[in-house]
Amino acid sequence: MEKPPVNSYQENAWTRLTQSKWFVYVLISPLFLVLFAYVVFPFYQTFVQSFSGDDALYNYKKFFNLASPANLEALWTSIYISVISVITCAVVGVTMAFLLERYDFPGRRILTILVLVPMALPPLVGVLSFTFLYGESGIFPRAIQHLFGLDQVPFSLKGIWGVVVVHTFTMYTYFYLTASAAIKGLDPSLEEAATSLGAGRIRVWTKVILPMLTPSIIAAALLVFMVSMASYTAPLMFGVERTMTMQIYLSRTNGNLEMAATQSMILSFVSISFLIIMRWYQNRRNYQNLSKGVSVHRSEVSSKWMKIVATVASFISTLILILPILVLILISFSVDGAWKTQILPTDYTLDHYIALFTDERTWRPIWNSIQMGVVATFGNIIFGVAAAYAMVRLNFKGKTLLDILIMVPWALPGTVVAVNLIAAFSTENIFAFNQVLIGTFWILPLAYFIRHLPLIFRSTSASLVQLDQSIEEASRSLGASWWYTFRRIVIPLTFTGILAGTLLALVQSLGEFVASILIYSTSTIPLSVAIFQKLYAFKFGTACAYGVLQICLILIVLIISEKLSKGSAGSAI
Amino acid sequence: MKSVKIENVSKQFGQVHGVKDLNLDIKAGEFFTFLGPSGCGKTTTLRMIAGFYYPSEGKIHFDDRDVTLLQPNRRNIGMVFQNYALFPHMTVDENIAFGLQVRKLPKSEIKQKVDRIRGLVHLTQYGSRKINELSGGQQQRVALARALVIEPDILLLDEPLSNLDAKLREETRIEIKRIQSELGVTTIYVTHDQMEAMAMSDRIMVMENGYVKQIGTPQEIYNRPVNRFVADFIGETNLIEATIESIVDDVISAKTINGIVFTGQKHNSSPALSHMIGDIVFISIRPESINQGTGDNTLTGKISFVEFTGVSVNYIVDFVDFLLKVMIINTYGQLKSIGEDITLNIANESLYFLGE
Repeated sequence: MEKPPVNSYQENAWTRLTQSKWFVYVLISPLFLVLFAYVVFPFYQTFVQSFSGDDALYNYKKFFNLASPANLEALWTSIYISVISVITCAVVGVTMAFLLERYDFPGRRILTILVLVPMALPPLVGVLSFTFLYGESGIFPRAIQHLFGLDQVPFSLKGIWGVVVVHTFTMYTYFYLTASAAIKGLDPSLEEAATSLGAGRIRVWTKVILPMLTPSIIAAALLVFMVSMASYTAPLMFGVERTMTMQIYLSRTNGNLEMAATQSMILSFVSISFLIIMRWYQNRRNYQNLSKGVSVHRSEVSSKWMKIVATVASFISTLILILPILVLILISFSVDGAWKTQILPTDYTLDHYIALFTDERTWRPIWNSIQMGVVATFGNIIFGVAAAYAMVRLNFKGKTLLDILIMVPWALPGTVVAVNLIAAFSTENIFAFNQVLIGTFWILPLAYFIRHLPLIFRSTSASLVQLDQSIEEASRSLGASWWYTFRRIVIPLTFTGILAGTLLALVQSLGEFVASILIYSTSTIPLSVAIFQKLYAFKFGTACAYGVLQICLILIVLIISEKLSKGSAGSAI
Repeated sequence: MKSVKIENVSKQFGQVHGVKDLNLDIKAGEFFTFLGPSGCGKTTTLRMIAGFYYPSEGKIHFDDRDVTLLQPNRRNIGMVFQNYALFPHMTVDENIAFGLQVRKLPKSEIKQKVDRIRGLVHLTQYGSRKINELSGGQQQRVALARALVIEPDILLLDEPLSNLDAKLREETRIEIKRIQSELGVTTIYVTHDQMEAMAMSDRIMVMENGYVKQIGTPQEIYNRPVNRFVADFIGETNLIEATIESIVDDVISAKTINGIVFTGQKHNSSPALSHMIGDIVFISIRPESINQGTGDNTLTGKISFVEFTGVSVNYIVDFVDFLLKVMIINTYGQLKSIGEDITLNIANESLYFLGE
């Protein structure tokens, strides 16, 4: 037990340091350093760039110049699209939630699963299948044209309405998920109480049910608005150039980096404002549903006519939900360049799938994406787990700042993240170890790392919060060091949370398109950019084969996460 | 088995003080209890001994070794937590073996020690069970086994019985005491339950608001409390305000506002009492020391509440300026009813005088 005096003196000095109340700041400084280098600094560089030139405000004056209103028009269009998207998503999402949670009708079970299909579609692939289905040369418009012998296609998805339809399809799930969670928690006895007090059906709805759902609906609305403002793929594919994200893309490709910076700043301002409003609202909102485990009663659709209507409606919904995937699969087997004016492709082949695994030029982008995604996700794991542990277990000033800095990159549109990285890493600097990162392999992993910062952080903190601190203390009291405890107790017990976040981050990285398209280097083209390029080279088959591969990856991840969340519920005490 | 010495320890949490100027000597092998209401600083003190908090001021020694700033994993303590804090991803045996694995003992020795301790806590059949397959009482015993198997110098128990139901609590209480005396390990026990503290401890420290109120054996604390807080907190008592009228040799008389005179013995008073005629004192009378009929300190009052518990009859008797809780052992006689007069007496030596 006795130690030589010199040793014990050193141990004392070290003990003093580690036991000092400032030591925690030594521990968290790497986290803040990373956030400063890769979130704050790039953002600041964009900020500086937007004010560069002889007249500091030149770009801002140009942006708000009423004489050439392109930019203002873009801002207006973005807001306009976002507002419409919020409304359509709300209607579809909340209606679906009510029908599926409260009514029983033929086809309900299958719909309950399929309703989440849009989440499995990577943004680019989703838009792609919509253009194949409903675009100007899409399957449906053509089929109707042929059927009735028309000169032109009777309808097609294009322009702003095309964007809104795609937004509705991909984003209504935000409303659906929050609303159905809220409905599940809604105590049916409240409705019964209202009815027993003499309220009619309409009054029960307007006075009881809707007010109870308002918090979740508003939260979803803010989220959809943010995501719509950031949306880039849909405007790109439907050729709506006058949106903020497209304007940034165009400024960047035209080499006007100052203007791109200015536009990014303005878009960031909108996004961050919404992030702040969202957080404020979530903190303020009170959770009223105190009764747990309420059994929700489903009303069965009883009248004969309603039954037929319900069956037809659920059949159509099922079709709408599943068609995007079916059409991708179909076209992935079609011969490139052979499908021109026919309703459906005529010639089929397995070549695209064979090429995926055999042709070096075809699988190269897949391999690139896997490499870059793994690197980024590895960074996310280390940062996310460390930040989550610091956030939940350590006591320090600046927690709110840490939280906000982690959330901001998630709220920023991918386009803006890319512009920030261009501003920061086109020149050598200390944070890039004196290298120019733009044009190298490393820029995309960095972009993915930043965009997916909160994913592992959030899933890990959620598990950590549930892990009783005394379990760690028990391990310490039994003689285990902090690191031993972390390895043998903390990691195993939060493993499902870490893994869920990791899989999500990995999948998102494999499909990332918005930031990639702005900053990819030609030597390491990612999968999503390859899909885009194949599309423009009219190699629909290859593009769709890539898309199917992505969907398969996402489905695997979703299934694993589902299994994990069930398994952990069983083993939790 | 080590002694614990706490010198002038204070713990601040920001502006709030958790413990103030604590001095304490716990002998090797002693069963020592920290007792007090929630928020009194008992758990804070325990956690400083464990090493989960570091004192803002003062020193902690195990035997002669200064452990004030030593990390918890280097103190060789065993701790049982209020919620047991068992590792949910491990079996019973894995839980118990954890501390031995940390100490890098050979596998065969670990197995032997785990088997032995599992027998000691009567869990022989349960080695491969998962934690969530055990009842609350069994989990409790695993926690105890896990803390004891490492042969700790000091065993720390943080309200280990509070999550058990009443019957199990008593069983486990006896069990813990049995194992403790069998192994002879220095034990520090934290509880807010004064019955538990009385039944198990060699000595008790009563705390309130971060301050020590009294340290002593269970008898000392119950029979000779040093202040009103201890008298009131330990067991039930009647505290009656009175003024000292006369002191003759060992006989002390005090009068209540309405003129009822109590006579007691001067040596039955708290050390802090100054014994000046005209001083305000508080007379502590335990309900069970009051008898029916006449004798020393005879007084008659009106019954305002009756409760029959089987073992005893409890009355609350109204004497206008104070109420008296009375407990009379059930003698199968007739119960008195509310509104009736009752005559009571209290032996002179059953009165205890307290200061402010």
